[in-house]
Amino acid sequence: MKKFLLAVLVDNKPGVLTHVAGLISRRAFNIESIAAGYTEEPDVTRINIVVSVDSELELEQVINQLTKLIDVIKIVNLSEIDSIKRELVLLKVRATPKTRADIINVVNIFRAKIVDVGRENVVIELTGEQSKIDALCEVLADYEIIEIARTGAIALSRGPLPAREM
Amino acid sequence: MLINGAQAVIESLKKEGVKVVFGYPGGAVLTLYDELYKMKFPHVLTKHEQGAVHAADGYARATGEVGVCFATSGPGATNLVTGIATANMDSVPLVCVTGQVGNPFIGKDSFQEADICGITTPITKHNYLVKSAAELPRVLKEAFFIARTGRPGPVVIDVAKDVFAAKLDYQYPEIVKLRGYTGDFVGVESEIEAVVAALEIAKRPLFFVGGGVTISDTAAQLREIVELTGIPVVSTLMGLGCAAAEEGNLGMAGMHGSYAANMAIMECDLLIGLGVRFDDRVTGIVSEFAPKAAIVQFDVDPAEINKNVRVDYRVCGDLRWSMPLFAGQICAEGGSLKQRFLSWRQHLIGLNREKPLCYHKEDTVVMPQQVIETVNELADKDAIVVTDVGQHQMWTAQFYKFRQSRRLLTSGGLGTMGYGLPAAIGAKMGQPNRQVILFTGDGSIMMNCQEFATAADYEVPVKVIVLHNHVLGMVTQWQRMFYGQRYSQSLLNGKTDFVKLAEAMGVKGYRVDRPEQLKPVLEEALAFDGAVLVDVMVPDVEDVLPMVPGGKRLDQMVLGDEM
Repeated sequence: MKKFLLAVLVDNKPGVLTHVAGLISRRAFNIESIAAGYTEEPDVTRINIVVSVDSELELEQVINQLTKLIDVIKIVNLSEIDSIKRELVLLKVRATPKTRADIINVVNIFRAKIVDVGRENVVIELTGEQSKIDALCEVLADYEIIEIARTGAIALSRGPLPAREM
Repeated sequence: MLINGAQAVIESLKKEGVKVVFGYPGGAVLTLYDELYKMKFPHVLTKHEQGAVHAADGYARATGEVGVCFATSGPGATNLVTGIATANMDSVPLVCVTGQVGNPFIGKDSFQEADICGITTPITKHNYLVKSAAELPRVLKEAFFIARTGRPGPVVIDVAKDVFAAKLDYQYPEIVKLRGYTGDFVGVESEIEAVVAALEIAKRPLFFVGGGVTISDTAAQLREIVELTGIPVVSTLMGLGCAAAEEGNLGMAGMHGSYAANMAIMECDLLIGLGVRFDDRVTGIVSEFAPKAAIVQFDVDPAEINKNVRVDYRVCGDLRWSMPLFAGQICAEGGSLKQRFLSWRQHLIGLNREKPLCYHKEDTVVMPQQVIETVNELADKDAIVVTDVGQHQMWTAQFYKFRQSRRLLTSGGLGTMGYGLPAAIGAKMGQPNRQVILFTGDGSIMMNCQEFATAADYEVPVKVIVLHNHVLGMVTQWQRMFYGQRYSQSLLNGKTDFVKLAEAMGVKGYRVDRPEQLKPVLEEALAFDGAVLVDVMVPDVEDVLPMVPGGKRLDQMVLGDEM
């Protein structure tokens, strides 16, 4: 299985997420994550989809089927071009007076941030590539992770050209 | 012009050239039907919403225009679902206007509320929920444009009840502005040149014709190329009638295709698919499909390329664009190609003569295939033939000689039993000067038999021929072959008298029990001035053959013993 990050530009209209989600489930595509948000154009939403596929042919099917949706304006495969990928994670970790210093140490090494501290726990924020987030989660597993919230990956290409003009 | 939403809908239908709407009123569309009444817009009241949507589908397939249907919210809309899915699978242009509960009631599980946009998202080309009247003109314009352009398909417009009554300043847009859809499907010419180059080195080319040729009305270009080059042709169910009826046309390929058609696919070295989507009913085991061939796919829908079968050459674009260019380029060398392909062509014609489609005729019972052959003989040459789904559908595909495109209306992709009668009514309303004949079975006809009343009430003279075998024929065939003859729930032996059923609803009924009655009764029924049902008794055990069992190669056909 290979993963690809697609930037899907869609009309910002009611029902558009239903259309995209409906298509993905109907065609039985494997989706790792979806992250949608407003863009520089008020009437356009950008849906960042990470798909995992067996082959190039399957990826072509995903892109072609999504392109067929009337609300889809443009799809760019950002895994194919030089691009920056980021994901945001919030982690709630058990932190006793005994373990707190160690956790802070780990957080500093990963250049993450502690955004909330309680008597029994801390909340950590980290932005980065998926592999970095996975690595932090793995290290923190030693201290009992209470809860994780991840956004799913988003990406932008390098250079001045926006996806809508690619 | 200040009008209400309902008037805006009807006004827009007029602007789109819609001649008739099929539908069924109800609470959420009362205002719409009130304006329809005041504006005297032609409307056919079917007896069930499913009848309305299939009738709109039959109308669209017979005419090439967009079929339109109305239904109310909730159950009215959900009753359209099977018909919408049928149209979607066969790329039929429909616009379905459904009522939705009023804006303040949406999402509250209100009376007769169903999320029809959510329900129909996977089975429509596009859909809309209209919550303000100002959107209506744009949405209607877009819906018709989307339904009829490119690869056609059904579009649902779900309109909140209060929107029909709300006022708007009506102006119908001249053009459609959609950022993600242009409706323009012109491709790249070099893709056609590559196919022509492949054809120049091919020894055993084959045309594989699908519903795309029917939909794009490019049968004339196909016939021109075939006449010039002598390239043999096989068709899918949806492509029947596109190629001229000549010796090199080997008929339908696939699960119940002819021996020669399937062997042609197995032996060819260049398979040129025109508007086909390589459905599993036609490919047999997909990894062994056309094993010796380079595969070409002409299609308007890029998502069809490489979906089921990996292709070597693609020509992505509307056949209305690609076919004339392809024909033009081949014209330049037509004569020499014909000579080169002659022995291949003769070989296939020989196979077809050796193992033609055939069946046993009996003295005492009418054989189903015989009914189709007899109707083929007696019917008008440009008659439109509609089918339901099952054995009779396959026998129609095998034994009726389709001479032109848009003459076979059948639920190919979804395989919808109950499609036939309402679709035949819609087709007859769209093409009133053509004979419309429905072949159906005693299983299928019961699924929408209420529409006999529509045929009678609107005086639509459809000719319904029931191949009455007292079983669900295709189900029993599979049970016979693969389930140890355990006929689970497939022996109908119904007590329904179809002749009386038809007559109760105002349709003339005939019955045929013996072979000698067949021709005279059919002659009388076809000549009768009005809708008729002919109930033809046929044997309960008769298989559709040849047959490629699931998971087998196309040359692993089960043939009849005499083949």
